[in-house]
Amino acid sequence: MQKILLMIISTVLVNNFVVAKFLGICPFLGVSRKTETAVGMGLSVIFVVTLSTVLTWLVQVLILDRFNIQYMQTIVFILVIAGLVQFVEMVLQKTSPGLHQALGIYLPLITTNCVVLGVAVLAVQNGYSFMEALIYSLGASAGFALALVLFAGIRERLALAEIPKSLEGTAIALVTTGLLALAFMGFTGLVK
Amino acid sequence: MIAAIATLGSMAFILAVGLGIASRIFAVETDPKVSQISALLPGANCGGCGYAGCSGFAVALVAGETTASECKASKAEVVEEISHILGIAHTPREKQVAKVFCQGTCDKTKAKYLYEGIQDCNAAALLGGGAKACAYGCLGMGSCVKVCPFGALTMGPNGLPVIDENSCTGCGVCVRQCPKGVIQLIPAKQIWYIPCNSQDKGKAVRQVCEVGCIGCGICVKNCPEQAITLENNRAVIDPGKCSGCGVCAQKCPQKIIYPCGSE
Repeated sequence: MQKILLMIISTVLVNNFVVAKFLGICPFLGVSRKTETAVGMGLSVIFVVTLSTVLTWLVQVLILDRFNIQYMQTIVFILVIAGLVQFVEMVLQKTSPGLHQALGIYLPLITTNCVVLGVAVLAVQNGYSFMEALIYSLGASAGFALALVLFAGIRERLALAEIPKSLEGTAIALVTTGLLALAFMGFTGLVK
Repeated sequence: MIAAIATLGSMAFILAVGLGIASRIFAVETDPKVSQISALLPGANCGGCGYAGCSGFAVALVAGETTASECKASKAEVVEEISHILGIAHTPREKQVAKVFCQGTCDKTKAKYLYEGIQDCNAAALLGGGAKACAYGCLGMGSCVKVCPFGALTMGPNGLPVIDENSCTGCGVCVRQCPKGVIQLIPAKQIWYIPCNSQDKGKAVRQVCEVGCIGCGICVKNCPEQAITLENNRAVIDPGKCSGCGVCAQKCPQKIIYPCGSE
């Protein structure tokens, strides 16, 4: 139990995937203009990351390790993730149009996003068991969603402020991300 | 080497076949009318119809939840054609334009306090109703200008927004955005209007603004068509009855009745 809690705190706060590991900056900057879209995106990421980590962990153990072709990890993982997301989007559109309206439009955005691949690869590299990989992916994606929603709130206010012309748009967003990363640094040392 | 090629090859093949089958099983039927209508709509996603974007509106139209005239941004021919595609009767809708119901520029009004904050009317309105002494006046920071999907609004030199009548489609996004309700929609064919939003009594209005309506009622008494009424201490012209004679504008002691289309 304590291990699970430590892992969650570690992935969400201490080693946050966006502000500590700098993965997934593209959707982080792209979808964070409004809080509602950020929430939808965050939920989609949680869904995709958890599902793909589980699947890729299974592929690693059952296929890649069995046949000793670990060097194929990157390309096989990408293939699995892309296929999975396509399949999920199709199922979602058919079975739950409401959910598809809320989450579905972000699914193509995060198909080959580095945070999805990053969590999958790191879960395997750290040698986690199945349950550990599951908790790790849940925590990592929840951390991404948290950072995204926080940043969207900041960005909404930033849009109304008077910013120098040369810094408008992505420039000030990146500067603000850096400041957010500094804030998250306050959590270092919480978990070793 | 062989294992790698075999694994990757077979995985790709299985996934491709699987996805192909899945796309057949999970295919969703979309009505071709939806894409037909979507192509006709202006595509500005202004939200004036009340739906999430033009595609949302097209879906609602085909489902029969709304009528084509709800899209205030489309021209009359487009509305007619959409009604034709849907096979329903076409009801023409009167064109409306937005108008600013305030003439209180910085030189004609008093300020309550000096505001140094986010340059947004909604933000300023949170601080005791904004920096203008008149509680109903335009705050002049341009929230409406920023939000217009058609670019019909620009900020004038004196702190009042200027509306381009040709670009304004009457979608109503600016109306929703204004924290004071100073921008309102009126029929495009209305000839005269009284640009004051204040509901204070005459004396209170004069203390804070030189060009506010004091609710004296002279225009009400002098209108030959009885088109003007006093509502909440200010005069309002009924566009249905107004004949455009202009007597009210001559008689107004504050000289604040203007013809639409010239400010």
